[in-house]
Amino acid sequence: MSQTNKVIEMKGITKEFGNFRANDNIHLDLNKGEIHALLGENGAGKSTLMNILSGLLEPTEGEIWVNGNKVNISSPDTANQLGIGMVHQHFMLVDKFTVTENIMLGKEKHRYGFMDQDSAEKDVQELSDRYGLRVDPKARISDISVGMQQRAEILKTLYRGADILIFDEPTGVLTPQEIEELMEIMQSLVNEGKSIILITHKLDEIKQVADRCTVIRRGKSIDTVDVATTSQQELADMMVGRSVSFKVDKKPATPKDPVLEIKNLTVKEARGYDAVKAIDLEVRAGEVLGIAGVDGNGQSQLIQAITGLTKVDSGTIKLAGKDITNKKPRQITETGLGHIPEDRQRYGLVLPMKLEENMALQTYYQKPFSKHGFLNHKEIKEHAKRLIEEFDVRTPSEEHSAASLSGGNQQKAIIAREIYRDPALLIAAQPTRGLDVGAIEYIHKRLIEQRDNGKGVLLMSYELDEVMNVSDRIAVMYDGNVIAVVNADETNEKELGLLMAGVSLEKAHEQVAESKGKEKETVADTK
Amino acid sequence: MLTQNNNRLNNLMVPILSIILGFVFGALLMLLFGYNPITAYQAMLDGVFTSPYFFGEALRQATVLTFTGLGFAIAFKAGFFNIGIAGQLLVGWVSAIWVALAFPDLPRIVLVTLSLVVGIVAGAVWAGIAGALRAYFGTSEVIVTIMLNYTALHFTNYLIRNVLSTGNTTERVGENASLRIDWLTNLTAGSRLNVGFFIAIIVVALYWVFMTQTTAGFEVRAVGLNPHASSYAGMSAAKNIILSMVLSGALAGLGGAIHGLGTFGNIFTQSGLPNVGFNGIAVALLGLGNPIGIFFSSILFGVLDVGAGFLPNRAGVPDEMASIVIAAIIFFVGANYLIRLIMGKLKSNKQATEGGE
Repeated sequence: MSQTNKVIEMKGITKEFGNFRANDNIHLDLNKGEIHALLGENGAGKSTLMNILSGLLEPTEGEIWVNGNKVNISSPDTANQLGIGMVHQHFMLVDKFTVTENIMLGKEKHRYGFMDQDSAEKDVQELSDRYGLRVDPKARISDISVGMQQRAEILKTLYRGADILIFDEPTGVLTPQEIEELMEIMQSLVNEGKSIILITHKLDEIKQVADRCTVIRRGKSIDTVDVATTSQQELADMMVGRSVSFKVDKKPATPKDPVLEIKNLTVKEARGYDAVKAIDLEVRAGEVLGIAGVDGNGQSQLIQAITGLTKVDSGTIKLAGKDITNKKPRQITETGLGHIPEDRQRYGLVLPMKLEENMALQTYYQKPFSKHGFLNHKEIKEHAKRLIEEFDVRTPSEEHSAASLSGGNQQKAIIAREIYRDPALLIAAQPTRGLDVGAIEYIHKRLIEQRDNGKGVLLMSYELDEVMNVSDRIAVMYDGNVIAVVNADETNEKELGLLMAGVSLEKAHEQVAESKGKEKETVADTK
Repeated sequence: MLTQNNNRLNNLMVPILSIILGFVFGALLMLLFGYNPITAYQAMLDGVFTSPYFFGEALRQATVLTFTGLGFAIAFKAGFFNIGIAGQLLVGWVSAIWVALAFPDLPRIVLVTLSLVVGIVAGAVWAGIAGALRAYFGTSEVIVTIMLNYTALHFTNYLIRNVLSTGNTTERVGENASLRIDWLTNLTAGSRLNVGFFIAIIVVALYWVFMTQTTAGFEVRAVGLNPHASSYAGMSAAKNIILSMVLSGALAGLGGAIHGLGTFGNIFTQSGLPNVGFNGIAVALLGLGNPIGIFFSSILFGVLDVGAGFLPNRAGVPDEMASIVIAAIIFFVGANYLIRLIMGKLKSNKQATEGGE
């Protein structure tokens, strides 16, 4: 109510990157002792907003007030001094150092130039006890669990005197038990007078701990609501937005035989956890199968397993009737796979090489691009010219490096290369991330075209709109499982939103039906 | 377009500036110790360029450096740092001499070819060990090649003392194994310049063809520039690691064989690793990995190497000082990263002041 109660007020924040408005007149305020959730889809502008608050970015327009004073947060240091600390999604810890060493990093305690380990360890222990963090100050980071690593990150911000903590998608890497613990820690932090901003797109977590929730969609703040009196569906609703999504123009699918058959597939991720847990999945010729889900629920590992980049732990993958389980990427490509990778600059292109060379990156060893091990530069060049023409890749010439193209045109170049090979199955992972509306429409059209030509398309995206508009069927992944496969024209954002948050299909059905029946009535929180 | 042209210009500017800075620094050093740098440099250049013999010697030295430079460059292009060029050169050298001494009666063309091929294979195997360890066990090629350098050094010395001879020097190879040809020797007034120089020119061309015209070279370049995208495109990382290291060692081994059959005609125990191995790194860096650039930078190094010999007698600069001056020039050449950095700084300062006004 009173001004002094507000520890942070962000007023009319706008951030432009060139023509793109990542944040558009966003308002956010944080009360003392509050857990305030910031909800929005990937790319909605949450991270941009928080990067502004933590001094990594400067807003194009707008004001930030901290504890009733207008401030200019020009650097992370300033944010630090104002008591704003961020617990990063990807931990900023040195593996070989102990918890204490990590916490001291950059703020080392010393006496006569010698590190004062003992007293620092005591400080860390005290802080840990006070907030119930249960971190061993002497443990090496590489020896402790992910949950404890995160608690070390929290300690780091507290050690630096943070009163306002920003948690950036903190539960993505945690086990359910660790999530439970984190929720308790957050409660005890606010009980000690800290204030928290929780960035998330998991609705159940918001219901569990947050007091208020600000919803951001496409860079705009939609509303700030009281969590206790708002249902999960209403939150999902606001997050996804009912606003018109440009429907992709497409005829009904005419699916035929399966081109991709996945049976009982288990894939471990680098740390040894099961990232994909015994899933079955099928993509048929002439259909687009969408994979929906929040980042980090096994989608990437699933795609890497299909493309041969990660070892399959158990189960089988068949492409166009042939077993490709644990085959080499080249064999799989030749069997009939096209792949538009998630990170186009890292995995899709060799940026310093010429565009024409990139266009032949998978086929250079085949005729007509080479003969007896010698490249045929003329054919490679003509091939590139054809693709540039046909797929409208904007570049001064095919001899320019791939790096000189804009992001959208880089993506077009990859899509041209992959589609031109006419693969039986095309995997598109996040194909429109970071692209403008025009490029997005174009890419969607191409994916549908591929489908209409009787090919299978597997579309993985974190953007719900994209999955719904382009796919014929949608598989929702949660925690390494495919928890439901639904027909795109029989589902809706609400249902998918609930499924993505881990609610089972029956419960999601129930909740959606219920909310339709009794409008606006608050539904008892299931958790 | 503009930036591309600028880049090309920058790419040429950096090695040229490196050379100039090296000479300036060398001059400052000489001034500091009371020697006249102009006399010194004059002595160097006159010494090399006015005598057919010394010019021949400079080209002879450049020949070996071209091989070690190309050898380093090919691994570097694929993303690896082959410090072991010196050791690979040594095993190539000793193997070629061994073959030449073992079959002295074979016809010249057969014996020379056989000796060179064995030298190539020896170098390739030596580097291939590091490549295979890297490809299958992830060991650092830097450390393995450094260790293999010493293994090569002592193994070679052992062979010389116990297998190839009973002393510290082997017999000289026969006429049938020598790379020297009369007209070249006569043209350069009896220098040790040999047919290896022409082999070097051919290999420079082959290197260019391999890198730009073959699918294997395409893979090496792609893997070196972006290993992730390359493996996504179906290229095998292990294959390319081993291939690039094997080729790298093969070039060093060929350089060693030519050093043996052309320069010396024998092999003798070494107290340390041959400098031509390590200078190949500087040659490759100065030539920016471009085969023609490498050829010219090895000529520069050959001239410096031979020219340094004139500093004591003709300019009164002592041997030690000459070594320091040459080292300073090599240092600046190797430090082209530093020069890039300084050039970048200067440019941004300029922009900043222009912007401020």
